Parts: sequence; C-alpha cells; structure tokens
Amino acid sequence: MAEAQNIPVGSTTAGQIAVAAESTVATRMSAPPSFDVADFPVPHGREEEWRFTPLERLRGLHDGTAVATGEGVRIDVEAPEGVTVETVTRDDVRIGKAGTPVDRVAAQAYSAFEKAGVVTVPKETVLTEPIRIAVHGQGGVAYGHQVVELGAFAEAVVVIDHTGDAVLAANVDYVLGDGAKLTVVSVQDWDDKAVHVGQHNALIGRDATFKSFVVTFGGDLVRLHPRVTYAGTGGEAELFGLYFTDAGQHQEHRLLVDHNTPHCKSNVAYKGALQGEGAHAVWIGDVLIEAKAEGTDTYEMNRNLVLTDGARVDSVPNLEIETGEIVGAGHASATGRFDDEQLFYLMARGIPAGEARRLVVRGFFAELVQQIGVDDIEERLLVKIDEELEASL
Amino acid sequence: MATLEIHDLHVTVEADNATKEILKGVDLTVKQGETHAIMGPNGSGKSTLAYSLAGHPKYTITSGTVTLDGENVLEMSVDERARAGLFLAMQYPVEIPGVSVSNFLRTSATAVRGEAPKLRTWVKEVKETMARLSMDPAFAERNVNEGFSGGEKKRHEILQLELLKPKIAILDETDSGLDVDALRVVSEGVNRVRETGEVGTLLITHYTRILRYIKPDFVHVFSGGRIVESGGAELADKLENEGYESYALDAKGGVSA
Repeated sequence: MAEAQNIPVGSTTAGQIAVAAESTVATRMSAPPSFDVADFPVPHGREEEWRFTPLERLRGLHDGTAVATGEGVRIDVEAPEGVTVETVTRDDVRIGKAGTPVDRVAAQAYSAFEKAGVVTVPKETVLTEPIRIAVHGQGGVAYGHQVVELGAFAEAVVVIDHTGDAVLAANVDYVLGDGAKLTVVSVQDWDDKAVHVGQHNALIGRDATFKSFVVTFGGDLVRLHPRVTYAGTGGEAELFGLYFTDAGQHQEHRLLVDHNTPHCKSNVAYKGALQGEGAHAVWIGDVLIEAKAEGTDTYEMNRNLVLTDGARVDSVPNLEIETGEIVGAGHASATGRFDDEQLFYLMARGIPAGEARRLVVRGFFAELVQQIGVDDIEERLLVKIDEELEASL
Repeated sequence: MATLEIHDLHVTVEADNATKEILKGVDLTVKQGETHAIMGPNGSGKSTLAYSLAGHPKYTITSGTVTLDGENVLEMSVDERARAGLFLAMQYPVEIPGVSVSNFLRTSATAVRGEAPKLRTWVKEVKETMARLSMDPAFAERNVNEGFSGGEKKRHEILQLELLKPKIAILDETDSGLDVDALRVVSEGVNRVRETGEVGTLLITHYTRILRYIKPDFVHVFSGGRIVESGGAELADKLENEGYESYALDAKGGVSA
C-alpha cells in the first residue's frame, strides 16, 4: 500500500506496515505519557520524537527556560446560545480526560498553565453557527489548555484561530459524547516569528463522529500532535490537514490514531505545499490497530507538493496491526514537485507563469478545503493560498 | 492571412557539459490553411524544431528569425506565443497533479481568448468536442494527463487544439504510440480544425501512416538539423517506398539533395 513517487532532492518518504512486531509508535516516545513535565528528560534532539525538530527554535519551551510573561495570548470565545463558556482553574475535573501528554513540551504546557478554557455543548444540542475561539498572540510566552466537550448527540463546529506573534505551548482536549458530531478547524495563521507547540487529544464516544482540519500557514515553528482514541464502538475520525510551508519555516504534524476499540473508523488526509530555501515540513502518521480492535477500517494519506528547490519534506506513515480481523487498513505517502516541464506545458497553453502555479496549488488543496463546510474559513484559506503564492513570485 | 516564417534558424542544446547544435539553418514558411508534413529519421531535429518554436527553455536560439504575421516570436515568452496563436501538441504531455482537465481547459481558453468563455456555451462546446473525439465525459474530472493511456494523452492534446483554435498548430509525433482506431479519431480531429481553413498545420512525424488520414500540401524531409528536400504529397510516397536511407549522407556529409 505504501507508495512513493517523484521524490525530489531534499525529501524523504518512508513508510511501513508492521504486523505485531516491535512497535514503532512505542519507540517514538522516550518516556511514558505523563501530565508531569518532570517525568520527561530535556530532549537533546536525537530522540526519535525530536529528531526532525530544530530544538534551538523552540525558544525554551522544551527545557523549562521559557517563562510565561502574562501577556502571551489573548483568547476570545464567541459561542451561539446554548453553549457554556467557562474559564476554570487547574483542579477542574474535566481537564485532561481526552489524553495524556506524550512529550516534554506537551507536559510542560500541562504543568504550567494557570487557567483553562472549557466550552461545553449540552447533550442533544445541535448548533447551526460555529463556536469561534480566537487565540491572538501578543508577543509573549504562554501556556494554555482548552477543553471542548460535547454531550451525547450534540453537534457543533468549532474554529480555533491562531494569529499574531507568541511562543505558545497549549493542549486541547476534545471529548465527544455518544453519537456526538464535532467538526474542528484549527488554523495556524501566525506571524513569521511565532512558535506554537501543542497536543490535540480527541476522545470519541460510541457512534460519535470527529472531523478535524488542521491548517498551518504561519509561524517560525509549529509542531502539533493530533491524537485520537475511542471510548466506544462505532466511532469515526476524519483527520484532514493542510500546510503551506515557506522559506525558513518548520511545520510539523505528528498524528496518532489509536484503534483501541472494535468497529471504529479513521481516515487521515494531510496535504502540504512547500516553497523556498529552508522550508521544512514533517508529517508523522501513526495508526495503531490494537489486538482487541476487530472490525477496524482505516486509511491514511500524506501528499506534498514541492514548488521550489531548497525545501524539504519528511513524511513517515506507519501502520501497526495487531489483529487480522479488520475491514481495511492502508497508507500512502507521496511527494511530488511542480517542475519546469509542468510549467512549460501550462504556459504553452497561454497560461502565464503565476497563474499556472496558482492553478496547480489551488487544485492540489481544493478537495480538502471544500470539505471544511464553513464558508468564511474556506474563502479565507483560498485567499491565503493565493497570497502565499504571490509572495513567492 | 496568418503566416509563420522561419528563417535560417540555428538552435543549440546543452548536453553532457557540451553545447550541441541541433538545428543548422531551418527555412520554412507555413501559411494559414496549409498543411506541411515534416518527416525525418530519429535524431534529425524535428522535435527540437517544434519545442524551439514553442519556446521551451532547454533550447537556445543562436541565430535566425521566427515571425508570426511579422511579429518576432523569439522575443515572446512561452505563454505569449500561445496567446499569439501558436499551438504545440506534444509528444509526451506531462502530468499536472491536482488540476482537473475541465479547470485546465477553461483556464487555458480564458488566457488564449482574452476573456472567460460564457459558461453555458463553453460546457456545451467542451462536451461536444469530447464526444467527437470519443472521450468519456468523466475524463473532464480527471487530473491533466495523470494516469492517461497513450491514446488518451493524444486525444487530450487534439481536444485542446480544437478548443483553442490556434493560427499555427505544430503536431509533434501525434501519431506515435497510437493504434489504428485512435489514429483515425485523432486524425479526424486534426482534419476538423484544418477544414476551417483558419489554421496552418506543421505535422511532424517519423512515419507516413498518418498521412493517409491527414493529407499534406507540402512534405519536407528533415535530416541533420535542416530541411534537405521539399515537395508535394508524392514525396511521402517516395519515403514510404525508399525510407530515409538516401538522406543519411546529408546528415553526415552535408551533401544537399
């Protein structure tokens, strides 16, 4: 199922399907999951889970030297009627239910935040308007935690929008009750200097549906861990991602879908475009099908489009299967480049160079963008993609 | 009347750290409504002529002139040449991931025509043209050339030719790799364009087979980077019977026929 084609210089695509062998997912963690930062040694960069990340650009988030400045980020929540929006203290029992930090920075965020945001959609409440959480960087260092909880059969769309400049380590918990439907769009539209690291945990209830879009454009360094586990049978997760990595940017998405429950589905599709010297995108896609997870159906895919020389992609899909009693499991990764011959072909049909590039990149992202279903966000992403391309010409 | 004039064209290419002259003085005039077949053995420079006219960056024009209705083609960028009315049907069209055929055709037609075609008439136009080329409508939703068979790629090239209606169409080995059925369908497409009388056609081919479907007004034998003999359709019959052997000397020794 693994495929790798048209691999340009400066990109790697590795993939494997392991059947009940030594777990790669396990070896990606140098310490067991923990809420306490002291349980994780300070990374030196050669650990499996840190080897792609330029530690010196984490601005101290990984070694305890980044101290919260009080003016880190401003958070504004806009929610339709029926939704409860709270700011709570660390001891609130709703925090940390969806997952445990798996690396030093996620644990640092958990250990360091003072107040957490909790957004609750009561059971059977079906929202027609999105909940919008605006996280605006004010130039400082911040640690945060956000909980989004949907009661049974509730339906909601949540947009988390990151803008401005900050050094931010923040985790998000999504807790879906039985039969709930949650769509989340997390947009990383940071200024050039921002650093953002976080773990996004989703715990999917019985017959619940979780749809996630992770959209990363900005920042000096963005490193996110979207992770999914299931609390009951019949759960479905769709994890979509889009990134546009420019010169000098490091954008890293490390996914884990843990099929720990029978008869659940997952579908992962991440697409990235890269341009410019030193643009570096990392995609790690771990899918684990545990022995008890019979009837699992999963597919994961990562595609990268390298627009110029000097950009680098590391794409590592990884599927671990501990039971043969499944519906389907597959993965694919491919990195291609927009090359001179493609440009010539389009121009030979009268299309100017800039428009040719736009055509290719918009087309590449369109199928994902169209699935978001939030008009203003879709529109903004397409405009943003065009702006990114303008900047490169 | 649109006229493409090529005069004393010399073209080089960089290969293995050396500059190699491929075209060594090509003279040719193609007028609207005329069909010229350029025939020659492999490596004679036929495709280099096609790509040089379209402006491929791999080729360097060292001397000579190319004009379209008096305008200097060599000063135009690739897209400007296309908008000026030059069309190259490629031998090996490349895949464009993420761009659907329908989106590509519309963008291209908008660029060449100078304005977006009206949606309703455009959809009809594309559909009918595809039907005439025996192309499945689902084809329009596939990505450009991605996973296309050899025959599908050529049909797609001719589809563009029919929709873009150029002044001068250069067909680079459009017949290569086609079975007889596909060759007939593709040739009929070319003939529909020719019958309008508004296009000058430069048909580059290695084989005489396609000339049974597309009747040329002029046949030129290409060897050693230039035209060594020109004649009417009867010259193709001679090539059919005798092959290119009698021209081999020209390629090496430069004795002109």
